[in-house]
Amino acid sequence: MDFYREHLLSIITYTPLAGAVVLLLIPTFKRNDEAVRWFANAVGILGFLVSLPLWFWFDRSHPQPFQFEERFDWIASIGVQYYFGVDGVSVLLILLTTLLGAIAILSSWTAITTRVRQYYVFLLLLQSGMLGVFCALDMFLFYVFWEVMLVPMYFLIGIWGSARRLYAAIKFFLYTLVGSVVMLLGILALYFHSRKIPGFETTGTFDVTRWYGMGIPAELQFWVFLAFALGFAIKVPMFPFHTWLPDAHVEAPTAGSVILAGVLLKMGTYGFIRFSLPLLPDALRQTMDLFVVQPTVLQFMVALSIISIVYAALVTLVQKDMKKLIAYSSVSHLGFCMLGMFALNPLGLEGSVLQMVNHGLSTGGLFLIVGLIYERRHTKAIAEFGGLAHVVPVYATFTLLIFLASMGLPTLNGFIGEFMILQGAYSANRVWAYWAVSGVVLGAAYLLWLYQRVFWGQVTKKENEHLADLNARELATLVPLVALCFWIGLYPKPFLEFLHAPMAAIARTVQPEAVARAAAPAAAPETPVAPAH
Amino acid sequence: MKYIFLIPLLPLVGFLFNFTIGVRVLGRRGHGHDDHGGGHGEHATPSPLVGLVACGTVALAFLVSVYAALEAHAAPDHTIVETLWTWLPGGAAQTSSGLLPFSVDWAYQVDPLSSVMILVVTFVGLLIHVYSVGYMGHDPGYARYMAYLNLFMFAMLTLVLGANYAVLFVGWEGVGLCSYLLIGFWFAKQSASDAGMKAFIVNRIGDAGFLLGIFLIFVTFGSLDFRTIVDAIGARHMPVEHAWTGTLTLIGILLFVGACGKSAQLPLYVWLPDAMEGPTPVSALIHAATMVTAGVYMVARSSAIYAHAPKAMLVVAVVGALTAIFAASIGLVQNDIKRVLAYSTVSQLGYMFLACGVGAFAAGIFHLMTHAFFKALLFLGSGSVIHGMSGEQDMRKMGGLKDKMPVTHLTMFVGCLAIAGVPFLSGFFSKDEILWSAYKIGDYGRWVWGIGLVTAGMTAFYMFRLFYMTFHGSFRGTEEQAHHVHESPRTMTVPLLVLAGGSVLAGYLGIPAVTGLPNLFEHFLHPVLEPAHHALAGVFEAPVPGPGVEWGLMGASVLVGLAGIVVGRHFYKSRPEIPEGLATSLAGPHRLLLNKYWVDELYGAIFVRGVALGGGGALHTMDRLVVDGGDGDVRPGLGVNGVAWATRDMVAKLSDFFDRWFVDGAVNLTAFILDNFSYLFRAVQNGLVQHYAWAMLLGVLFMIAASRWIPL
Repeated sequence: MDFYREHLLSIITYTPLAGAVVLLLIPTFKRNDEAVRWFANAVGILGFLVSLPLWFWFDRSHPQPFQFEERFDWIASIGVQYYFGVDGVSVLLILLTTLLGAIAILSSWTAITTRVRQYYVFLLLLQSGMLGVFCALDMFLFYVFWEVMLVPMYFLIGIWGSARRLYAAIKFFLYTLVGSVVMLLGILALYFHSRKIPGFETTGTFDVTRWYGMGIPAELQFWVFLAFALGFAIKVPMFPFHTWLPDAHVEAPTAGSVILAGVLLKMGTYGFIRFSLPLLPDALRQTMDLFVVQPTVLQFMVALSIISIVYAALVTLVQKDMKKLIAYSSVSHLGFCMLGMFALNPLGLEGSVLQMVNHGLSTGGLFLIVGLIYERRHTKAIAEFGGLAHVVPVYATFTLLIFLASMGLPTLNGFIGEFMILQGAYSANRVWAYWAVSGVVLGAAYLLWLYQRVFWGQVTKKENEHLADLNARELATLVPLVALCFWIGLYPKPFLEFLHAPMAAIARTVQPEAVARAAAPAAAPETPVAPAH
Repeated sequence: MKYIFLIPLLPLVGFLFNFTIGVRVLGRRGHGHDDHGGGHGEHATPSPLVGLVACGTVALAFLVSVYAALEAHAAPDHTIVETLWTWLPGGAAQTSSGLLPFSVDWAYQVDPLSSVMILVVTFVGLLIHVYSVGYMGHDPGYARYMAYLNLFMFAMLTLVLGANYAVLFVGWEGVGLCSYLLIGFWFAKQSASDAGMKAFIVNRIGDAGFLLGIFLIFVTFGSLDFRTIVDAIGARHMPVEHAWTGTLTLIGILLFVGACGKSAQLPLYVWLPDAMEGPTPVSALIHAATMVTAGVYMVARSSAIYAHAPKAMLVVAVVGALTAIFAASIGLVQNDIKRVLAYSTVSQLGYMFLACGVGAFAAGIFHLMTHAFFKALLFLGSGSVIHGMSGEQDMRKMGGLKDKMPVTHLTMFVGCLAIAGVPFLSGFFSKDEILWSAYKIGDYGRWVWGIGLVTAGMTAFYMFRLFYMTFHGSFRGTEEQAHHVHESPRTMTVPLLVLAGGSVLAGYLGIPAVTGLPNLFEHFLHPVLEPAHHALAGVFEAPVPGPGVEWGLMGASVLVGLAGIVVGRHFYKSRPEIPEGLATSLAGPHRLLLNKYWVDELYGAIFVRGVALGGGGALHTMDRLVVDGGDGDVRPGLGVNGVAWATRDMVAKLSDFFDRWFVDGAVNLTAFILDNFSYLFRAVQNGLVQHYAWAMLLGVLFMIAASRWIPL
């Protein structure tokens, strides 16, 4: 038990990898696809189960920001360590990843019929890569996992995708690669700066926790922020770096879409929260010279977030393909996450992280929903459907629930996230909220219109008349998601408890003045306060 | 002991039962959906358990509500607050008093205002549930229908019981969802599903404003709790904001945007007439008696804020008055029985806002209550007519139904008298209270009073137009309909009778003060509205006209109402050729009204096809052509693909160039050099002996010469 507890994060991260290795090595799996499926599902569920203690063991009120740390030297000569550790943000995202991972594997049972073993191997590899990203606190290690994720996703889209899969896979791969290379430059710049830390003059260090307080000059912060922002913004994706996403989703197999939307996109937002904001807080106040306007970096990021929300929501309205529609809606929802984050107050930041989880649940669910109907009809074109509520009432009910969660109906999770984000944004600058709130209206419009076209009306196509309703396995993929949507919607407290401490810390770093003013509202508010480094 | 949560929870249990067991087990009777509410008896009788659970849970909720209202009345402050759990403990955010933690409890509050609401909602709701058993019993979706109706009760009760704006908003959106589901109940029909969606989206526009108002409330007060806010306004001695720019004014206007959506006021009223696509009991419950009045409730709930923001009140009053007359004008010429009632509802809601806008919040809520009775009665009566007419809704095809449907006829008559403002019926008391409240504040009150008076006349006219077209004259429907017309069953007529009783009696709770009798209603609400009244004393400073004026105004409004009735009777009973003549001689205005001022068409063009679809389409094209720089058939210029492909092309061409001229060049150059130099060396070893002899000779000579000049 002690071993388990001390190496919890590694065990969580490498369980899927171990599963993948076994799948590759044991010859039975080469011939027997059914055995592969059973085994992969077992690994998926095991992966979720081993991660579950995080929920119970993680001390939510502990002052130490990172828990379950594992650390040893890896490449000592350049200060690279194998350093794992989690705070509340990572815990929620890790649990989301293991849950969606298990669901994604379960959802592929009948959908994948070719090269089954390879498929599950890639899916499990991807899982390990993503978990590593959330655990790594050494920037070098982080980058390794960050790149590791790309490869299996590339193959998942490129091999098991639909018609234009190659275009989509290459676009996805190259686009994110460009972003990560630029991010790598930023990482290296900080690494070389880390040699100024006493004790690290010769080797430098990639230890992020060491970087947090190292006093990076404002100029360097600015450029590194932009380098990181490019890498992360492509991943999120934010306007105008979002066009790889609809293509990737439309072509990807269902499980790939679930993971892509549910977890992969959070890498970008996670990067902002974990690195950009706490490491480079001074960059936000600097102005950018964009020829016509000179916004601060903060204003620039907020503007991109708001454009993402509204622009993507409008584009969503006119989509004719269900998956493309949901892909664009993701861009809009992730815009909310970014907005909440750049509100820079604890409320907005907490809302932002919670919304990452919410989006993973609801959009993961949305892609499952589309996958279910795609498996039955082999089309995702909205015009092919209509009147399905007559034929598959249970499926229609679950769809409606997930749609409602996604559009932020109270008592479901999306409302909590959106409300916190918008309230946070309103508190920071009310104009931001005025713009962003239009996304709430458009969100209802595109989802309800989709629902109407697919489920309401008469059954017009003969092929739709005898569709099968959900079976037990399919229900098992949807029920946990819906249950969690209600849990977060009705009682988000346990989730938010994970976030209070880390988000307050970030807010203290990025907005030392505001926090200090709040701490002593009566005592001379004009006194300048030293930054909380 | 906590028990208030039972009031919303009971119907929720009913919903869960009927939505699972009811739909899947009890209600399984083949597929297919009727296209109208008539429902023909081709299906087996439904399981009584469905209706029993649905009505029973609401009945229990009513009993608990009565108990809670009594308890609250006896409690100190006349208020009971029940906090169930900490719902939304968020991080801190900036407010006007620094960074404050955001926290919202899931809490219910029973005070006089919510007492009125829960009693009205559960009582009228119960009657409509019972009515629905008769009306919808033969529909194949009966269990699903009853489940949704229960879910609606849960949401509506959450709305009125919520102790803060966030829980109120939960109910607010919840009733919107139920409205969507019930309007689109016969979702196979395109018009029904369109109407459901329209209702939800238009409501969401209002909700966006409401949300912004809530955000500003938190920024201003650091809390969303009703009592905290009222206390803070008093404790901080917040000044009355006479300018347009104040914070409370902005809050008031933003909240009112929400109210405009939910309560169908200009310019967001367009969804309510279309909502008549839903089953008629739904129209009675949701789109007349309860949900649509949520906006009025919310404004009254925020009365302390409004009282400090006269400009926001002005907006409320003007929008209310304009909506009242605007909707009434459309109602004058509509031929669909439910649409007349729908526009009438919009108009009456305008009346309620008019009351709030002149500071008469109690009068607004009073009218809300009386309206709940008589409008539910009118809708259920029309439902009974439609039921009897096998789904016919066009009044031009009715007529002469009074003998065939005596109970419906009689109760509808009571309802029409009540809404027309005939003395001693409920509508008279509440409407008169509103008009007097408007007149007495002077200033803009006189204008809205004038509009209200004209509207009262129009209301009386179109209601008796409806009454005479439906029940009097000769039958104008088909043979088959004539044969089929019948009075509705007991489950439907009993609720009608009860509601008719309510429509007569409810008014006596709020007898005008000028009569010298006690106004129980206003007195009951006083604890909630006291802070508002306190502030209002400083807002409307015009001297209150004397009792003579009040009696005079009362007489005027009675006369106007009676005039409307007389003209309606004359036009549609005695001389039906007059309105026909008017329609031709005033063809332009008639078409304008008949087509509802073409507002739907205008909105469709601007917002749906213009902003949403047009804008979305344009941006989508931009995404493909500009951001991506084109793909597929289009050769990318700039943008993502442009950069990618340009990079690819450039790198390819460059490396091609480099390959050819540098790499290959180097290789070829080496080869070239070797090749050419080889001639030099080849020459020395060409195999000819005489060449070797020459070479040897030259070598010897060279060495001799060298030894001569070079010292060794």
